[in-house]
Amino acid sequence: MSDIVLEIAGVNRIYSDDKENVVEALHDISLSVRRGEFLTFIGSSGCGKTTLLRLIAGLDEPQSGKLLLDGKEICGTDTNRGYVVQQGGLFPWLSVRDNIAYGLKVRGLYQKNKADVVKYIGLIGLDGFEKSYPHQISGGMAQRVAIARALINNPEILLLDEPMGALDSFTRADIQDKLLELKGESGATMILVTHDVDEAIYLSDRIVIMTPRPGRINDVLNVAIPHPRHRGGVEFMAMRRDILEKLNLASAQPQPEYTI
Amino acid sequence: MKYKNLSALRFVLSVALTIAGFVSAIIVNAAVPQAAAVKINRYEYFGGTLDFNILYRYAAAGIIILYLGLAVFAYFSEERRVNYVKRAPFRFALGVALALWDILGTKYLLLPQPFFPGPAAILETFLNEPAFVLENTLYSLKLYAAGFTAGVTFGVGTGILIGWFPRVYYWVSPVLKITGVIPAVAWMPFALTLAPTPFTAAVFLMTMCAWFPIASFTAQGVQSTAKVHFEVAKTLGANTAQLVFRVAIPHALPQIFGGISMANGFMFTTLVMSEMMGQPGGLGYYIQLSRVWSAYYKVFAAIIIMAALFSIILYIIGIVQNRALRWQKGLVK
Repeated sequence: MSDIVLEIAGVNRIYSDDKENVVEALHDISLSVRRGEFLTFIGSSGCGKTTLLRLIAGLDEPQSGKLLLDGKEICGTDTNRGYVVQQGGLFPWLSVRDNIAYGLKVRGLYQKNKADVVKYIGLIGLDGFEKSYPHQISGGMAQRVAIARALINNPEILLLDEPMGALDSFTRADIQDKLLELKGESGATMILVTHDVDEAIYLSDRIVIMTPRPGRINDVLNVAIPHPRHRGGVEFMAMRRDILEKLNLASAQPQPEYTI
Repeated sequence: MKYKNLSALRFVLSVALTIAGFVSAIIVNAAVPQAAAVKINRYEYFGGTLDFNILYRYAAAGIIILYLGLAVFAYFSEERRVNYVKRAPFRFALGVALALWDILGTKYLLLPQPFFPGPAAILETFLNEPAFVLENTLYSLKLYAAGFTAGVTFGVGTGILIGWFPRVYYWVSPVLKITGVIPAVAWMPFALTLAPTPFTAAVFLMTMCAWFPIASFTAQGVQSTAKVHFEVAKTLGANTAQLVFRVAIPHALPQIFGGISMANGFMFTTLVMSEMMGQPGGLGYYIQLSRVWSAYYKVFAAIIIMAALFSIILYIIGIVQNRALRWQKGLVK
Protein backbone atom coordinates (compact mmCIF):
# COMPACT_ATOMS: atom_id res chain seq x y z
CA MET A 1 0.00 0.00 0.00
CA SER A 2 1.18 3.45 -0.86
CA ASP A 3 2.25 5.84 1.85
CA ILE A 4 -0.27 8.38 0.62
CA VAL A 5 -3.84 7.56 1.64
CA LEU A 6 -5.55 10.62 0.20
CA GLU A 7 -4.57 12.76 -2.74
CA ILE A 8 -6.31 16.11 -3.22
CA ALA A 9 -5.48 17.52 -6.64
CA GLY A 10 -6.50 20.98 -7.85
CA VAL A 11 -9.89 21.01 -6.13
CA ASN A 12 -12.23 23.97 -6.68
CA ARG A 13 -15.62 24.43 -5.05
CA ILE A 14 -17.80 27.42 -5.81
CA TYR A 15 -21.17 28.11 -4.20
CA SER A 16 -23.73 30.33 -5.81
CA ASP A 17 -27.16 31.18 -4.49
CA ASP A 18 -30.34 32.30 -6.26
CA LYS A 19 -29.28 35.95 -6.26
CA GLU A 20 -26.12 34.98 -8.14
CA ASN A 21 -23.84 35.73 -5.24
CA VAL A 22 -20.81 33.60 -5.94
CA VAL A 23 -18.58 32.37 -3.12
CA GLU A 24 -15.35 30.64 -3.95
CA ALA A 25 -15.20 28.28 -0.99
CA LEU A 26 -12.14 26.40 -2.20
CA HIS A 27 -9.59 27.61 -4.73
CA ASP A 28 -7.15 25.17 -6.30
CA ILE A 29 -6.49 22.97 -3.28
CA SER A 30 -3.78 20.34 -3.65
CA LEU A 31 -2.50 18.21 -0.80
CA SER A 32 -1.33 14.69 -0.04
CA VAL A 33 -2.40 13.06 3.22
CA ARG A 34 -0.08 10.40 4.59
CA ARG A 35 -1.38 7.10 5.86
CA GLY A 36 -1.84 7.11 9.62
CA GLU A 37 -1.05 10.77 10.17
CA PHE A 38 -3.03 13.29 12.19
CA LEU A 39 -3.66 16.23 9.90
CA THR A 40 -5.40 19.43 10.94
CA PHE A 41 -6.99 22.15 8.84
CA ILE A 42 -6.96 25.42 10.70
CA GLY A 43 -8.24 28.84 9.66
CA SER A 44 -10.82 31.48 10.37
CA SER A 45 -14.44 30.88 9.43
CA GLY A 46 -15.11 30.96 5.71
CA CYS A 47 -11.72 29.52 4.74
CA GLY A 48 -13.41 26.43 3.35
CA LYS A 49 -12.06 23.91 5.84
CA THR A 50 -15.44 22.34 6.51
CA THR A 51 -16.23 22.34 2.78
CA LEU A 52 -13.01 20.44 2.16
CA LEU A 53 -13.89 17.92 4.86
CA ARG A 54 -17.33 17.40 3.32
CA LEU A 55 -15.72 16.79 -0.06
CA ILE A 56 -13.49 14.13 1.48
CA ALA A 57 -16.52 12.59 3.21
CA GLY A 58 -18.31 12.44 -0.13
CA LEU A 59 -21.18 14.63 1.06
CA ASP A 60 -20.34 17.25 -1.57
CA GLU A 61 -18.60 17.30 -4.95
CA PRO A 62 -15.95 19.64 -6.34
CA GLN A 63 -16.54 21.62 -9.55
CA SER A 64 -13.09 20.67 -10.76
CA GLY A 65 -10.14 18.74 -9.48
CA LYS A 66 -9.98 15.29 -7.97
CA LEU A 67 -9.95 13.60 -4.59
CA LEU A 68 -8.30 10.18 -4.69
CA LEU A 69 -8.58 7.74 -1.81
CA ASP A 70 -6.01 4.97 -2.27
CA GLY A 71 -5.85 5.96 -5.94
CA LYS A 72 -9.63 5.74 -6.48
CA GLU A 73 -11.71 8.83 -7.02
CA ILE A 74 -14.08 9.62 -4.19
CA CYS A 75 -17.68 9.34 -5.30
CA GLY A 76 -20.28 9.71 -2.55
CA THR A 77 -20.02 8.48 1.01
CA ASP A 78 -18.54 5.17 2.02
CA THR A 79 -17.69 3.46 5.26
CA ASN A 80 -13.94 3.87 4.64
CA ARG A 81 -14.38 7.48 5.74
CA GLY A 82 -15.90 8.15 9.16
CA TYR A 83 -17.42 11.54 9.87
CA VAL A 84 -17.96 13.29 13.21
CA VAL A 85 -19.80 16.61 13.40
CA GLN A 86 -19.60 19.41 15.95
CA GLN A 87 -22.75 18.50 17.86
CA GLY A 88 -26.19 17.00 17.54
CA GLY A 89 -24.97 14.18 15.35
CA LEU A 90 -26.19 11.39 17.60
CA PHE A 91 -29.60 9.89 16.87
CA PRO A 92 -31.74 11.00 19.82
CA TRP A 93 -34.05 7.97 19.48
CA LEU A 94 -31.22 5.46 19.96
CA SER A 95 -29.39 4.58 23.16
CA VAL A 96 -25.63 4.99 23.47
CA ARG A 97 -25.16 1.34 22.55
CA ASP A 98 -27.49 1.50 19.55
CA ASN A 99 -25.87 4.70 18.30
CA ILE A 100 -22.46 3.06 18.38
CA ALA A 101 -23.83 -0.11 16.76
CA TYR A 102 -25.61 1.83 14.01
CA GLY A 103 -22.89 1.39 11.37
CA LEU A 104 -22.70 -2.36 12.00
CA LYS A 105 -26.49 -2.72 11.96
CA VAL A 106 -27.08 -0.91 8.67
CA ARG A 107 -24.37 -3.02 7.07
CA GLY A 108 -25.73 -6.24 8.52
CA LEU A 109 -22.55 -6.93 10.49
CA TYR A 110 -23.94 -6.48 13.98
CA GLN A 111 -24.45 -10.13 14.91
CA LYS A 112 -20.86 -10.97 14.00
CA ASN A 113 -19.26 -7.93 15.64
CA LYS A 114 -21.35 -7.40 18.78
CA ALA A 115 -18.15 -7.56 20.83
CA ASP A 116 -16.81 -4.46 19.06
CA VAL A 117 -19.66 -2.41 20.46
CA VAL A 118 -18.79 -3.48 23.99
CA LYS A 119 -15.11 -2.84 23.27
CA TYR A 120 -15.73 0.71 22.08
CA ILE A 121 -18.04 1.53 24.98
CA GLY A 122 -15.16 0.50 27.22
CA LEU A 123 -12.58 2.44 25.20
CA ILE A 124 -14.50 5.69 25.49
CA GLY A 125 -15.17 5.05 29.18
CA LEU A 126 -18.96 4.90 28.98
CA ASP A 127 -19.52 1.60 30.77
CA GLY A 128 -22.84 1.80 32.58
CA PHE A 129 -24.26 4.34 30.14
CA GLU A 130 -25.08 1.83 27.37
CA LYS A 131 -28.80 2.26 27.80
CA SER A 132 -28.76 6.05 28.26
CA TYR A 133 -30.20 8.23 25.53
CA PRO A 134 -28.18 11.12 24.05
CA HIS A 135 -30.07 13.80 25.98
CA GLN A 136 -29.26 12.04 29.24
CA ILE A 137 -25.47 12.26 28.86
CA SER A 138 -23.11 15.25 28.84
CA GLY A 139 -21.84 16.97 25.69
CA GLY A 140 -18.39 15.47 26.18
CA MET A 141 -19.79 11.96 26.53
CA ALA A 142 -21.94 12.51 23.45
CA GLN A 143 -18.89 13.42 21.37
CA ARG A 144 -17.04 10.36 22.60
CA VAL A 145 -20.00 8.26 21.50
CA ALA A 146 -19.99 9.99 18.10
CA ILE A 147 -16.27 9.20 17.66
CA ALA A 148 -16.76 5.57 18.68
CA ARG A 149 -19.73 5.28 16.33
CA ALA A 150 -17.58 6.50 13.43
CA LEU A 151 -14.63 4.25 14.34
CA ILE A 152 -16.62 1.04 14.64
CA ASN A 153 -16.69 0.73 10.85
CA ASN A 154 -12.86 0.68 10.87
CA PRO A 155 -12.59 3.63 8.47
CA GLU A 156 -9.37 4.38 6.61
CA ILE A 157 -9.81 8.05 7.51
CA LEU A 158 -11.70 9.64 10.39
CA LEU A 159 -12.97 13.12 9.54
CA LEU A 160 -13.54 15.37 12.54
CA ASP A 161 -15.45 18.60 11.96
CA GLU A 162 -14.74 20.66 15.09
CA PRO A 163 -15.88 17.82 17.33
CA MET A 164 -14.73 19.68 20.43
CA GLY A 165 -15.98 23.09 19.35
CA ALA A 166 -18.99 23.15 21.64
CA LEU A 167 -17.28 21.78 24.75
CA ASP A 168 -15.71 23.49 27.76
CA SER A 169 -11.91 23.50 27.96
CA PHE A 170 -11.60 20.68 30.54
CA THR A 171 -13.80 18.33 28.59
CA ARG A 172 -12.01 19.36 25.43
CA ALA A 173 -8.59 18.40 26.81
CA ASP A 174 -10.06 15.12 27.97
CA ILE A 175 -11.41 14.27 24.53
CA GLN A 176 -8.18 15.33 22.85
CA ASP A 177 -6.29 12.73 24.88
CA LYS A 178 -9.02 10.19 24.14
CA LEU A 179 -8.64 10.90 20.42
CA LEU A 180 -4.90 10.22 20.50
CA GLU A 181 -5.56 7.03 22.43
CA LEU A 182 -8.19 5.89 19.92
CA LYS A 183 -5.89 6.78 17.05
CA GLY A 184 -3.23 4.50 18.51
CA GLU A 185 -5.85 1.78 18.94
CA SER A 186 -7.39 1.96 15.49
CA GLY A 187 -4.48 3.19 13.39
CA ALA A 188 -6.86 5.36 11.36
CA THR A 189 -5.71 8.49 9.58
CA MET A 190 -7.36 11.46 11.26
CA ILE A 191 -8.25 14.73 9.61
CA LEU A 192 -9.43 17.44 11.97
CA VAL A 193 -10.99 20.80 11.27
CA THR A 194 -10.62 23.38 14.02
CA HIS A 195 -10.04 27.04 14.76
CA ASP A 196 -8.29 26.29 18.03
CA VAL A 197 -4.52 26.71 17.61
CA ASP A 198 -3.61 24.86 20.84
CA GLU A 199 -5.77 21.92 19.87
CA ALA A 200 -4.12 21.76 16.46
CA ILE A 201 -0.59 21.73 17.90
CA TYR A 202 -1.47 19.30 20.68
CA LEU A 203 -2.91 16.69 18.31
CA SER A 204 -1.39 17.06 14.86
CA ASP A 205 1.51 15.65 12.92
CA ARG A 206 0.90 18.32 10.31
CA ILE A 207 -1.10 21.54 10.36
CA VAL A 208 -2.57 23.03 7.20
CA ILE A 209 -3.18 26.77 7.54
CA MET A 210 -6.04 27.96 5.35
CA THR A 211 -7.09 31.48 4.46
CA PRO A 212 -10.51 32.72 3.37
CA ARG A 213 -11.89 34.48 0.27
CA PRO A 214 -11.11 32.42 -1.63
CA GLY A 215 -10.42 29.39 0.56
CA ARG A 216 -6.89 28.25 -0.13
CA ILE A 217 -3.90 26.64 1.56
CA ASN A 218 -1.52 29.22 2.99
CA ASP A 219 1.07 26.97 4.59
CA VAL A 220 1.67 23.42 5.79
CA LEU A 221 3.62 22.98 9.03
CA ASN A 222 5.18 19.86 10.49
CA VAL A 223 4.75 19.48 14.23
CA ALA A 224 7.91 17.76 15.39
CA ILE A 225 7.20 17.88 19.14
CA PRO A 226 7.20 14.37 20.68
CA HIS A 227 4.10 13.03 22.48
CA PRO A 228 2.91 13.56 25.15
CA ARG A 229 2.99 17.24 24.34
CA HIS A 230 3.09 19.83 27.06
CA ARG A 231 0.86 22.80 26.33
CA GLY A 232 3.16 25.19 28.16
CA GLY A 233 6.40 23.89 26.60
CA VAL A 234 8.87 26.16 24.81
CA GLU A 235 8.49 24.49 21.40
CA PHE A 236 4.72 24.45 21.83
CA MET A 237 4.62 28.18 22.58
CA ALA A 238 6.94 29.01 19.71
CA MET A 239 4.79 27.06 17.29
CA ARG A 240 1.68 28.69 18.65
CA ARG A 241 3.14 32.16 18.06
CA ASP A 242 4.19 31.16 14.58
CA ILE A 243 0.74 29.90 13.61
CA LEU A 244 -1.07 32.88 15.11
CA GLU A 245 1.22 35.21 13.19
CA LYS A 246 0.54 33.36 9.98
CA LEU A 247 -3.21 33.45 10.59
CA ASN A 248 -3.13 37.17 11.38
CA LEU A 249 -0.90 38.01 8.44
CA ALA A 250 -3.07 35.95 6.20
CA SER A 251 -6.22 37.78 7.15
CA ALA A 252 -4.45 41.17 6.85
CA GLN A 253 -3.50 40.55 3.24
CA PRO A 254 -5.28 42.72 0.69
CA GLN A 255 -7.92 40.83 -1.19
CA PRO A 256 -7.08 39.90 -4.78
CA GLU A 257 -8.88 42.05 -7.31
CA TYR A 258 -10.68 39.29 -9.15
CA THR A 259 -12.88 38.35 -6.23
CA ILE A 260 -16.16 40.08 -5.63
CA MET B 1 -55.20 21.15 51.74
CA LYS B 2 -51.89 19.60 52.59
CA TYR B 3 -51.05 16.00 51.77
CA LYS B 4 -47.52 15.81 53.17
CA ASN B 5 -46.88 13.25 55.88
CA LEU B 6 -50.28 11.73 55.45
CA SER B 7 -51.35 10.02 58.67
CA ALA B 8 -52.65 6.45 58.65
CA LEU B 9 -55.89 7.66 60.24
CA ARG B 10 -56.44 10.18 57.45
CA PHE B 11 -55.98 7.45 54.87
CA VAL B 12 -58.41 5.09 56.61
CA LEU B 13 -60.98 7.91 56.89
CA SER B 14 -60.57 8.60 53.19
CA VAL B 15 -61.20 4.95 52.37
CA ALA B 16 -64.31 5.09 54.54
CA LEU B 17 -65.46 8.26 52.79
CA THR B 18 -64.85 6.72 49.39
CA ILE B 19 -67.03 3.70 50.02
CA ALA B 20 -69.61 5.57 52.15
CA GLY B 21 -71.20 7.10 49.03
CA PHE B 22 -71.75 3.73 47.39
CA VAL B 23 -72.90 2.12 50.65
CA SER B 24 -75.51 4.87 50.89
CA ALA B 25 -76.54 4.09 47.31
CA ILE B 26 -77.14 0.44 48.26
CA ILE B 27 -79.02 1.38 51.45
CA VAL B 28 -81.21 3.88 49.58
CA ASN B 29 -82.01 1.30 46.92
CA ALA B 30 -82.91 -1.34 49.50
CA ALA B 31 -84.67 0.85 52.08
CA VAL B 32 -86.56 3.55 50.13
CA PRO B 33 -89.97 2.18 49.14
CA GLN B 34 -90.90 2.02 45.46
CA ALA B 35 -93.37 4.94 45.38
CA ALA B 36 -93.98 5.18 41.65
CA ALA B 37 -95.65 2.45 39.65
CA VAL B 38 -92.74 0.83 37.90
CA LYS B 39 -92.95 -2.65 36.51
CA ILE B 40 -90.04 -4.64 37.87
CA ASN B 41 -89.21 -7.56 35.61
CA ARG B 42 -87.66 -10.71 36.97
CA TYR B 43 -85.03 -12.64 35.06
CA GLU B 44 -83.70 -16.14 35.58
CA TYR B 45 -79.91 -16.16 35.84
CA PHE B 46 -77.42 -18.60 37.32
CA GLY B 47 -80.18 -20.68 38.85
CA GLY B 48 -81.77 -17.71 40.65
CA THR B 49 -83.97 -14.78 39.92
CA LEU B 50 -82.65 -11.27 39.42
CA ASP B 51 -84.34 -7.92 39.01
CA PHE B 52 -82.71 -4.64 38.14
CA ASN B 53 -82.52 -3.51 41.77
CA ILE B 54 -80.56 -6.55 42.80
CA LEU B 55 -78.20 -6.14 39.85
CA TYR B 56 -77.77 -2.47 40.75
CA ARG B 57 -76.84 -3.37 44.32
CA TYR B 58 -74.39 -5.96 43.06
CA ALA B 59 -72.86 -3.33 40.78
CA ALA B 60 -72.53 -0.85 43.65
CA ALA B 61 -71.01 -3.59 45.80
CA GLY B 62 -68.61 -4.33 42.95
CA ILE B 63 -67.50 -0.71 42.92
CA ILE B 64 -66.99 -0.83 46.70
CA ILE B 65 -64.82 -3.94 46.38
CA LEU B 66 -62.88 -2.26 43.56
CA TYR B 67 -62.14 0.82 45.68
CA LEU B 68 -61.22 -1.31 48.70
CA GLY B 69 -58.82 -3.25 46.48
CA LEU B 70 -57.38 0.01 45.18
CA ALA B 71 -56.96 1.18 48.78
CA VAL B 72 -54.90 -1.91 49.61
CA PHE B 73 -52.84 -1.33 46.46
CA ALA B 74 -52.39 2.37 47.27
CA TYR B 75 -51.43 1.70 50.86
CA PHE B 76 -47.90 0.64 49.93
CA SER B 77 -46.91 3.80 48.08
CA GLU B 78 -46.87 7.35 49.42
CA GLU B 79 -47.71 8.80 46.00
CA ARG B 80 -50.66 6.47 45.43
CA ARG B 81 -51.94 7.07 48.98
CA VAL B 82 -51.97 10.82 48.37
CA ASN B 83 -53.79 10.34 45.06
CA TYR B 84 -56.34 8.10 46.74
CA VAL B 85 -57.00 10.66 49.47
CA LYS B 86 -57.31 13.43 46.88
CA ARG B 87 -59.96 11.51 44.95
CA ALA B 88 -61.99 10.42 47.96
CA PRO B 89 -64.44 13.39 48.03
CA PHE B 90 -65.21 13.01 44.32
CA ARG B 91 -65.83 9.29 44.68
CA PHE B 92 -68.06 9.92 47.67
CA ALA B 93 -70.06 12.46 45.63
CA LEU B 94 -70.37 9.86 42.85
CA GLY B 95 -72.02 7.40 45.25
CA VAL B 96 -74.37 10.04 46.66
CA ALA B 97 -75.29 11.12 43.12
CA LEU B 98 -76.18 7.50 42.33
CA ALA B 99 -78.43 7.39 45.41
CA LEU B 100 -80.17 10.66 44.46
CA TRP B 101 -80.56 9.55 40.87
CA ASP B 102 -82.04 6.26 42.09
CA ILE B 103 -84.65 8.12 44.16
CA LEU B 104 -85.54 10.57 41.37
CA GLY B 105 -85.28 8.17 38.44
CA THR B 106 -86.63 4.89 39.82
CA LYS B 107 -88.28 5.26 43.21
CA TYR B 108 -90.39 8.38 42.65
CA LEU B 109 -90.07 8.68 38.84
CA LEU B 110 -89.64 12.48 39.03
CA LEU B 111 -87.37 12.73 35.96
CA PRO B 112 -89.01 13.07 32.54
CA GLN B 113 -89.74 9.54 31.33
CA PRO B 114 -88.78 7.57 29.35
CA PHE B 115 -85.80 9.82 28.52
CA PHE B 116 -84.09 9.72 31.91
CA PRO B 117 -84.38 6.30 33.51
CA GLY B 118 -82.83 5.55 36.89
CA PRO B 119 -79.44 3.88 37.19
CA ALA B 120 -80.96 0.49 37.95
CA ALA B 121 -83.17 0.68 34.84
CA ILE B 122 -80.13 1.28 32.65
CA LEU B 123 -78.55 -1.85 34.06
CA GLU B 124 -81.69 -3.76 33.13
CA THR B 125 -80.34 -3.72 29.56
CA PHE B 126 -77.73 -6.25 30.60
CA LEU B 127 -80.41 -8.51 32.10
CA ASN B 128 -82.71 -8.06 29.17
CA GLU B 129 -80.46 -8.92 26.24
CA PRO B 130 -76.85 -9.47 27.30
CA ALA B 131 -75.93 -11.57 24.28
CA PHE B 132 -77.23 -8.98 21.84
CA VAL B 133 -75.38 -6.16 23.64
CA LEU B 134 -72.16 -8.18 23.58
CA GLU B 135 -72.65 -9.01 19.90
CA ASN B 136 -72.99 -5.32 19.02
CA THR B 137 -70.05 -4.34 21.22
CA LEU B 138 -67.89 -6.89 19.43
CA TYR B 139 -69.11 -5.62 16.07
CA SER B 140 -68.03 -2.09 17.02
CA LEU B 141 -64.70 -3.39 18.23
CA LYS B 142 -64.15 -5.33 14.99
CA LEU B 143 -65.09 -2.32 12.89
CA TYR B 144 -62.82 -0.10 14.92
CA ALA B 145 -59.89 -2.53 14.63
CA ALA B 146 -60.32 -2.74 10.84
CA GLY B 147 -60.76 1.02 10.41
CA PHE B 148 -57.86 1.85 12.71
CA THR B 149 -55.50 -0.56 10.94
CA ALA B 150 -56.49 0.68 7.50
CA GLY B 151 -56.40 4.36 8.53
CA VAL B 152 -53.02 4.18 10.25
CA THR B 153 -51.43 2.11 7.48
CA PHE B 154 -52.75 4.35 4.74
CA GLY B 155 -52.06 7.58 6.65
CA VAL B 156 -48.50 6.71 7.70
CA GLY B 157 -47.77 5.28 4.25
CA THR B 158 -48.83 8.34 2.29
CA GLY B 159 -47.32 10.61 4.95
CA ILE B 160 -43.90 9.04 4.44
CA LEU B 161 -44.22 9.31 0.65
CA ILE B 162 -45.30 12.96 0.87
CA GLY B 163 -42.51 13.78 3.30
CA TRP B 164 -39.83 11.94 1.36
CA PHE B 165 -40.57 12.62 -2.32
CA PRO B 166 -40.98 16.29 -3.32
CA ARG B 167 -42.93 15.14 -6.38
CA VAL B 168 -45.47 13.26 -4.27
CA TYR B 169 -45.69 16.31 -2.02
CA TYR B 170 -46.46 18.47 -5.05
CA TRP B 171 -49.24 16.24 -6.37
CA VAL B 172 -50.77 14.72 -3.26
CA SER B 173 -50.58 17.36 -0.54
CA PRO B 174 -53.15 19.72 -2.20
CA VAL B 175 -55.55 16.78 -2.47
CA LEU B 176 -54.88 15.95 1.16
CA LYS B 177 -55.49 19.55 2.24
CA ILE B 178 -58.82 19.79 0.41
CA THR B 179 -60.22 16.37 1.30
CA GLY B 180 -58.84 16.68 4.82
CA VAL B 181 -61.23 19.45 5.85
CA ILE B 182 -64.30 17.51 4.71
CA PRO B 183 -65.83 15.47 7.53
CA ALA B 184 -65.56 11.86 6.42
CA VAL B 185 -69.24 11.12 7.07
CA ALA B 186 -70.10 13.45 4.17
CA TRP B 187 -68.92 10.63 1.89
CA MET B 188 -71.43 8.25 3.46
CA PRO B 189 -73.94 8.21 0.58
CA PHE B 190 -71.21 7.20 -1.85
CA ALA B 191 -69.62 4.76 0.56
CA LEU B 192 -72.89 2.96 1.28
CA THR B 193 -73.78 2.72 -2.41
CA LEU B 194 -70.42 1.86 -3.87
CA ALA B 195 -68.80 -0.32 -1.21
CA PRO B 196 -69.50 -4.06 -1.52
CA THR B 197 -70.62 -4.38 2.12
CA PRO B 198 -71.69 -1.88 4.79
CA PHE B 199 -68.68 -3.00 6.79
CA THR B 200 -66.19 -1.98 4.08
CA ALA B 201 -68.10 1.27 3.66
CA ALA B 202 -67.51 2.11 7.33
CA VAL B 203 -63.85 1.06 7.09
CA PHE B 204 -63.51 3.38 4.09
CA LEU B 205 -65.02 6.28 6.03
CA MET B 206 -62.78 5.71 9.01
CA THR B 207 -59.75 5.54 6.74
CA MET B 208 -60.79 8.83 5.14
CA CYS B 209 -61.11 10.59 8.49
CA ALA B 210 -57.80 9.21 9.80
CA TRP B 211 -55.90 9.92 6.60
CA PHE B 212 -55.60 13.68 6.84
CA PRO B 213 -54.24 14.12 10.38
CA ILE B 214 -51.99 11.06 10.29
CA ALA B 215 -50.58 11.72 6.82
CA SER B 216 -49.92 15.42 7.38
CA PHE B 217 -48.31 14.88 10.78
CA THR B 218 -46.17 12.03 9.44
CA ALA B 219 -45.08 14.11 6.44
CA GLN B 220 -44.11 16.97 8.74
CA GLY B 221 -42.10 14.63 10.93
CA VAL B 222 -40.25 13.17 7.95
CA GLN B 223 -39.57 16.59 6.43
CA SER B 224 -38.24 18.03 9.68
CA THR B 225 -35.53 15.38 10.05
CA ALA B 226 -32.20 17.14 10.50
CA LYS B 227 -29.89 17.02 7.48
CA VAL B 228 -26.99 16.14 9.75
CA HIS B 229 -28.69 12.88 10.76
CA PHE B 230 -29.06 11.82 7.13
CA GLU B 231 -25.44 12.74 6.42
CA VAL B 232 -24.08 10.90 9.42
CA ALA B 233 -26.19 7.85 8.58
CA LYS B 234 -24.86 7.92 5.02
CA THR B 235 -21.25 8.02 6.15
CA LEU B 236 -22.02 5.09 8.45
CA GLY B 237 -23.13 3.05 5.47
CA ALA B 238 -26.92 3.48 5.40
CA ASN B 239 -28.59 3.04 2.01
CA THR B 240 -31.62 5.02 0.85
CA ALA B 241 -34.15 2.60 2.32
CA GLN B 242 -32.32 2.73 5.64
CA LEU B 243 -32.33 6.53 5.51
CA VAL B 244 -36.13 6.27 5.38
CA PHE B 245 -36.67 3.45 7.86
CA ARG B 246 -33.79 4.02 10.25
CA VAL B 247 -33.58 7.82 10.26
CA ALA B 248 -36.68 9.59 8.95
CA ILE B 249 -39.35 7.31 10.45
CA PRO B 250 -37.85 7.04 13.95
CA HIS B 251 -37.47 10.81 13.88
CA ALA B 252 -41.09 11.24 12.79
CA LEU B 253 -42.48 8.81 15.38
CA PRO B 254 -43.57 11.49 17.88
CA GLN B 255 -45.49 13.29 15.14
CA ILE B 256 -46.94 10.00 13.89
CA PHE B 257 -48.35 9.31 17.34
CA GLY B 258 -49.63 12.90 17.52
CA GLY B 259 -51.48 12.29 14.26
CA ILE B 260 -52.87 8.98 15.48
CA SER B 261 -54.26 10.40 18.72
CA MET B 262 -55.86 13.25 16.78
CA ALA B 263 -57.29 10.83 14.22
CA ASN B 264 -58.63 8.62 16.99
CA GLY B 265 -61.19 11.22 18.03
CA PHE B 266 -62.40 11.50 14.44
CA MET B 267 -62.48 7.73 14.12
CA PHE B 268 -64.71 7.30 17.19
CA THR B 269 -67.13 9.85 15.77
CA THR B 270 -67.13 8.30 12.31
CA LEU B 271 -67.52 4.82 13.74
CA VAL B 272 -70.64 5.69 15.73
CA MET B 273 -72.14 7.86 12.98
CA SER B 274 -71.74 5.20 10.34
CA GLU B 275 -73.15 2.56 12.68
CA MET B 276 -76.18 4.73 13.27
CA MET B 277 -76.68 5.16 9.53
CA GLY B 278 -76.57 1.80 7.87
CA GLN B 279 -74.61 -0.90 9.66
CA PRO B 280 -76.08 -4.31 10.50
CA GLY B 281 -74.60 -4.11 14.01
CA GLY B 282 -72.52 -2.08 16.42
CA LEU B 283 -73.23 0.13 19.41
CA GLY B 284 -74.39 2.96 17.15
CA TYR B 285 -76.82 0.56 15.52
CA TYR B 286 -77.97 -0.58 18.94
CA ILE B 287 -78.64 3.03 19.97
CA GLN B 288 -80.63 3.62 16.80
CA LEU B 289 -82.63 0.42 17.29
CA SER B 290 -83.38 1.21 20.95
CA ARG B 291 -84.42 4.77 20.11
CA VAL B 292 -87.01 3.49 17.69
CA TRP B 293 -88.58 1.47 20.53
CA SER B 294 -88.21 4.42 22.94
CA ALA B 295 -85.99 2.21 25.08
CA TYR B 296 -83.83 5.09 26.25
CA TYR B 297 -82.38 3.04 29.11
CA LYS B 298 -80.72 0.92 26.45
CA VAL B 299 -79.34 4.04 24.75
CA PHE B 300 -77.72 5.01 28.04
CA ALA B 301 -76.33 1.52 28.47
CA ALA B 302 -74.75 1.69 25.00
CA ILE B 303 -73.27 5.10 25.80
CA ILE B 304 -71.74 3.72 29.00
CA ILE B 305 -70.20 0.81 27.08
CA MET B 306 -68.81 3.24 24.51
CA ALA B 307 -67.23 5.38 27.22
CA ALA B 308 -65.54 2.32 28.70
CA LEU B 309 -64.50 0.87 25.32
CA PHE B 310 -63.04 4.09 23.94
CA SER B 311 -61.25 4.84 27.20
CA ILE B 312 -59.63 1.41 27.14
CA ILE B 313 -58.57 1.92 23.50
CA LEU B 314 -57.00 5.30 24.31
CA TYR B 315 -55.28 3.77 27.31
CA ILE B 316 -53.75 0.97 25.23
CA ILE B 317 -52.57 3.42 22.56
CA GLY B 318 -51.06 5.54 25.34
CA ILE B 319 -49.09 2.54 26.63
CA VAL B 320 -47.77 1.74 23.14
CA GLN B 321 -46.86 5.39 22.61
CA ASN B 322 -44.98 5.67 25.91
CA ARG B 323 -43.09 2.54 25.08
CA ALA B 324 -42.18 3.64 21.54
CA LEU B 325 -41.21 7.15 22.61
CA ARG B 326 -39.43 6.31 25.83
CA TRP B 327 -36.28 7.94 24.40
CA GLN B 328 -38.13 11.25 24.69
CA LYS B 329 -38.65 10.90 28.43
CA GLY B 330 -37.24 14.02 30.07
CA LEU B 331 -36.51 15.53 26.67
CA VAL B 332 -39.90 17.16 26.15
CA LYS B 333 -42.47 18.17 28.70
